[in-house]
Amino acid sequence: MKKIKSFFRALFDRKVRSRTISFLIVILGYIVVEILLKSGNLSSMFQSLLVPVTCYMVAALGLNLNVGVSGELNLGQAGFMSLGAFMGVCVSGALAPVVSNTLLRLLLAIVCGALIASVFGFLIGVPVLKLQGDYLAIVTLAFGEIIKSLINNLYIGFDANGFQFSFVENKLKLAPGGKALINGPMGATGTQRIATFTVGIILVLAALIVIYNIMYSRSGRAIQACRDNRIAAESVGIHVANTKMLAFVISAALAGAAGALYGLNYSTLVPAKFDFNLSILILVYVVLGGLGNMTGTIISTIILVLLPELLRGLQDYRMLIYAIVLILMMILSNNAKVREFAESMKQKLTSRKREEAANE
Amino acid sequence: MNFEKFMKGGLAAVMAMSLAACSGSGNASSSTNTTTTTTTTTESGSTGTDTTASTAAAGGKFKLGGSGPLSGGAAVYGNAVKNAAQLAVDEINAKGGAVQFEFNMQDDEHDAEKAVNAYNALKDWGMQVSLCTVTSSPGAAVAPLYKEDSTFAITPSGSSLAVVFEDSDNMTGAYGNIFQMCFTDPNQGVASADYLSSHKDLGSKVAVIYKNDDNYSTGIYNKFVAEAAEKGLEVVYTGTFAGEDNDFNVQLTQAQSAGADILFLPIYYQPASTILKQANDMGYKVSVFGVDGMDGILSMEGFDTKLAEGVYLLTPFSADASDDLTKNFVANYQSKYGEVPNQFAADAYDAVYAIAQALEAAGMTSDKSNADICSALVGQFTSMTFNGLTGSDVTWNANGEVSKAPKAVVIQNGVYVGVEG
Repeated sequence: MKKIKSFFRALFDRKVRSRTISFLIVILGYIVVEILLKSGNLSSMFQSLLVPVTCYMVAALGLNLNVGVSGELNLGQAGFMSLGAFMGVCVSGALAPVVSNTLLRLLLAIVCGALIASVFGFLIGVPVLKLQGDYLAIVTLAFGEIIKSLINNLYIGFDANGFQFSFVENKLKLAPGGKALINGPMGATGTQRIATFTVGIILVLAALIVIYNIMYSRSGRAIQACRDNRIAAESVGIHVANTKMLAFVISAALAGAAGALYGLNYSTLVPAKFDFNLSILILVYVVLGGLGNMTGTIISTIILVLLPELLRGLQDYRMLIYAIVLILMMILSNNAKVREFAESMKQKLTSRKREEAANE
Repeated sequence: MNFEKFMKGGLAAVMAMSLAACSGSGNASSSTNTTTTTTTTTESGSTGTDTTASTAAAGGKFKLGGSGPLSGGAAVYGNAVKNAAQLAVDEINAKGGAVQFEFNMQDDEHDAEKAVNAYNALKDWGMQVSLCTVTSSPGAAVAPLYKEDSTFAITPSGSSLAVVFEDSDNMTGAYGNIFQMCFTDPNQGVASADYLSSHKDLGSKVAVIYKNDDNYSTGIYNKFVAEAAEKGLEVVYTGTFAGEDNDFNVQLTQAQSAGADILFLPIYYQPASTILKQANDMGYKVSVFGVDGMDGILSMEGFDTKLAEGVYLLTPFSADASDDLTKNFVANYQSKYGEVPNQFAADAYDAVYAIAQALEAAGMTSDKSNADICSALVGQFTSMTFNGLTGSDVTWNANGEVSKAPKAVVIQNGVYVGVEG
């Protein structure tokens, strides 16, 4: 009994409390949603939001590792998602005749999506992370736009004879029964929708495990040291570029995995979806949830993905209200007075608890 | 802490900017929308309603759904469809026939993800028949959902093949319950190439400028080039642009130096207007041939219609046509929304009337299940002939593709004049 008690106490130890809460929220959320689903109490609209929410969550968690923990601004998270998404769609489409198990195909697609995004992340990181200042923000901003243009002009087909590629002009000559996996600006069409909410949740949990294990490890402390004081970190022998690279590549890989899951949740996917606005949207999830705060990211992603859908009843004023609510949330969560008030409430609550405990 | 503050401030600024952008593009539409009576949607716009309620329509009215971009860059198309469909629904309801509608149009922001959300919101509302989506890629995303739930849908303007075919590369696996009111993109490409090859007097050397990040534009272009090669039409220059590019001097100079005497523009009217202006400025005399996206150029604000003199276009609808149906529609639309309707509006208006005609012919009542309504409508649509704004003797094949004759018109003295096909 004591052992169990101390185990739980350790779980909620101040150092790792946020970690436990993150996992709890995700697992409890999953259980609640599954119960609602099985009992038929979840409306179709909420059902359609389940997978995208997990996708955005994974991408935002990855971005938070890069922006919050490593302190490097990345404005191209959508570009990495795009790579992962189209890679995932291609892998799933090409493997469809061979691998009939959709779950296995989905996992393979996610792994491939994460791989290609991390390769590109590495290539970008090599020159850029050696520099000081905002260069990563500028380069990733450009990267996102370049990826969008590239995929807009890319044609990949797959038929009995194997893959076919062409660029700028559609020169694919597919044998009957062949399939254009990526069709320029039309993107991917007729994708088999194999993404599931359960896999999405597993991906979120995997992302949390990876991120927390890094954050509370030696390399995580090195990453934070590089963020807080580059010179001091260098002086104790930390290789700043390599350390930041770790965070950046993992961030990109998570975005790629999220993209693959996203791409396989819809029957069609256009390159224009992954534009600068999407990058900013994911950054908003991160900043609103708090830099370096993974629990906050999870909560803010859920709220901000649900909000525009819940506002559908407002008709024409929907986007207007959404923007106003967003700005208010930004201002309030950063307002000193509001924070003071929240802090004093917290103290009152804890002191009351203590009093009650003392009375008992 | 400082970093965090900087980030929050910066993001607030970005959000404020995007808000300004949203309201900018939405302005034109919201000012016209204030006159619409959207009471039909507000009363039951709640999302928690049981999905099984789909059969029990209120007061014997069919629940007609639809989604389109009501906000964002493509809002002009979504709002045109919404307004025209509302107009048609009001007219049909006012006549008091057996078929009555309750119309609910949701915003999909021209995005596949949002279109799926909008579809599910409509499903929760209890949608029985649908106008599908206004634009193509959202349409391709929701088409399999309509198939799964056996709900009948006809898209006014989703012209891509992927809207009606599951495998659009091989044109197989038609959904069967998704119909199109507009031409498919490839059909427009073929029709344009046919017209140009049989009218060599317009010109024989063709230059094409198309938008290569747009599936409407590339869809027409790809088919046009293939057909042009077969018909012996010489394409001497191909130029592309993307996004919001508004400088076409490079493309025009190259087209001129390639000796092109006809310019094919499978694009929407906004960039086309810039191309016409810049071609005129550089003194490049060339005949211009457009497709249905060119429709709307005459009513564009700040555009000198003299520049569009002699422009040919293939369009199913012209607001200046003299038949009674078009005249009434244009007059009613103008008095209600204060603008001249475009072809999106016309297609939407026709789509609602086509649904009404089919429902009436099938003798459907609104207490039937979605699957019953769907199979009855599919039977009607594949066998009936429809006369509307965008064509007479319109028929559909079993794949859901429409068959109607594209009309070639030429702009003379600021109005469309029909030319013999």
